[in-house]
Amino acid sequence: MEKFTTHSGIVIPLDRSNVDTDAIIPKQYLKSISRTGFGPTLFDDWRYAEPGEPGMDHSKRKLNKDFVLNQEPYKNGSILLARENFGCGSSREHAVWALEDYGIRAVIAPGFADIFYNNSFKNGLLPIVLSEKKVDDLFVKASSKDGYSLTIDLDKQLVIEQDRETTEETPFEIDEFRKYCLLNGLDDIGLTLQYADEIKAYEKRRRQEAPWLFA
Amino acid sequence: MTGKTLYDKLWDAHVVREEDDGTALLYIDRHLVHEVTSPQAFEGLRMAKRDVWRKESIVAVPDHNVPTTTADRGNGSAGISDPIAKLQIDTLDKNCAEFGINEFHMDDIRQGIVHVIGPEQGATLPGMTVVCGDSHTSTHGAFGALAHGIGTSEVEHVMATGCLIQKKMKNMLVSVDGKVGPGVTAKDIVLAIIGQIGTAGGTGYAIEFAGEAIQDLSMEGRMTVCNMAIEAGARAGMIAVDDKTIEYVKNRPYAPTGEIWDKAVKAWRDLKSDDDAAFDEIVRIHAGSIEPQVTWGTSPEMVRSVNDKVPDPADESDPVKAKAISDALDYMGLEAGQPINEVTIDKVFIGSCTNSRIEDMRQAAAVVKGQKVADNVKLAMVVPGSGLVKKQAEDEGLDMIFKEAGFEWREPGCSMCLAMNADRLEPGERCASTSNRNFEGRQGQGGRTHLVGPAMAAAAAVKGHFVDVRSV
Ligand code: SF4
Repeated sequence: MEKFTTHSGIVIPLDRSNVDTDAIIPKQYLKSISRTGFGPTLFDDWRYAEPGEPGMDHSKRKLNKDFVLNQEPYKNGSILLARENFGCGSSREHAVWALEDYGIRAVIAPGFADIFYNNSFKNGLLPIVLSEKKVDDLFVKASSKDGYSLTIDLDKQLVIEQDRETTEETPFEIDEFRKYCLLNGLDDIGLTLQYADEIKAYEKRRRQEAPWLFA
Repeated sequence: MTGKTLYDKLWDAHVVREEDDGTALLYIDRHLVHEVTSPQAFEGLRMAKRDVWRKESIVAVPDHNVPTTTADRGNGSAGISDPIAKLQIDTLDKNCAEFGINEFHMDDIRQGIVHVIGPEQGATLPGMTVVCGDSHTSTHGAFGALAHGIGTSEVEHVMATGCLIQKKMKNMLVSVDGKVGPGVTAKDIVLAIIGQIGTAGGTGYAIEFAGEAIQDLSMEGRMTVCNMAIEAGARAGMIAVDDKTIEYVKNRPYAPTGEIWDKAVKAWRDLKSDDDAAFDEIVRIHAGSIEPQVTWGTSPEMVRSVNDKVPDPADESDPVKAKAISDALDYMGLEAGQPINEVTIDKVFIGSCTNSRIEDMRQAAAVVKGQKVADNVKLAMVVPGSGLVKKQAEDEGLDMIFKEAGFEWREPGCSMCLAMNADRLEPGERCASTSNRNFEGRQGQGGRTHLVGPAMAAAAAVKGHFVDVRSV
């Protein structure tokens, strides 16, 4: 997993609530058995003028000019700004893989769906919850079209806005274990297997208490 | 000391270890696997040279991608015309064979939607922790189990370690008090709940559904309710164990027998919240006020009674919400203030892990019997949830009722619920669907989905528009 320490990038304002994982990566692409290659079809239905299918050369497809990812300066953005309940719906981790593959490193929203939130951390994508008011404020700034950038410092847990004269810092919450894994790019399977003996001891006890669970 | 909720009990029984910050290793009893969210997990195991922790914990089945026409199902996966879909199903077969995992293959009568076959086989038992790389795993909570959907990295983690890394969620009680009126079903109850608490209302919670109207439901109905807990934002929904639960589980292939059965039943009797258990949030709904529901928008919370009108964004004071309403009306091709029962439909889909069990088939057939699908309906299809549901329905003659009315009677799978295979809506087509998601493009790009219960879908099929099933 890629480490996340600090990241600076252009903010992409996606002004919608309840952006679901079907919208992030439509189902026809879920037939892939690989973890990579989903970037070109991120937000496929919104991003392109015509429906897409796996196997197409996506670089040749006609773009929907009204969609934010197709506009300057957002094309080069790496921090996605969205409304409440981002990532709701299906558990498909392909949604996170698509965001990552496209080059998004962080998503800022007032709230995330639980499974999406969880999946993000497993792939080095940082979901940041900020207050609705702060998100509103960022939408106004990011919509000004001249390439509004932010810096995210995971260790200090800060979203940093910097222009010529002023610096504004907004703190965010993240749980310790997830932060530790992200900062160090750690594979949590390896961490869990350090406790293999405890897991075995638990199993042994449960086999006696509740043998029907092991049939 | 206050008592424990059902969720507290399930959680406590499965914690292997817990860190100071509350991050826990939760032991997983049952892992259900399907073809879409598992290939990358198996690949991960192979790359790290890891084996599966406990093979017997896993049951695998292909469901999302399988074709549902009899012609395409003759010959195992060879009948699948889409080579990418075929590869995914073949990959599941290959992975299961390599890792020694029990799989119900495409041509096995036990094949079906993963959330239908788990309970049907008794692979889902009360008191279990159940996971699957699929958000509708919440379905299995109907058995007094702790069941949640997980992502593919977590699928790999559970395969490799037998455990899931979790933090405890908060407790929410949704109590549906009193009795529902005649003709009001489990689907109407859960849609009404989502309409009230919203699609993010349950985020961060495990929801326990309780109250007289929930107790009155059959196990099929309870599964319908828990299935859609995720649409209310909750990863897990659950219902206390009672006689109906135990009766349903008895004699299923994976269920215990003899002495162990007796011991299990004794343990299962305690799978309910204590009278003095404390919940972080309590929601009460009067069952008597619930009418048959129809979603009008692109999120399951955009739902109203069939006798109501499509909302008007002008009546909404919050600008973000007003925009969401007008976006949804644009996408759905509806006018503000239009009566819902005047909305005509193009297709009908009865199926999905929400409503494809035998009771759903019976409810729909009862409405369809002796009627014909309306002329304006281009396609009406029934897709049973499993091979065994299909067989049972055929034994009861339900397939004939559907076919005589002009429905297509299909082979089991997810089908048009997510349209990964050939079953899908064309742009602009409007569908009465018994599935669980009405997101933009969910049933095919540009398709318009209205979520309803099976009897309401059947009524819409014969009338050609939405109609209160109680008046048909
Ligand atoms: S029927 Fe639909 S919701 Fe259920 S598992 Fe299949 S695709 Fe998912």
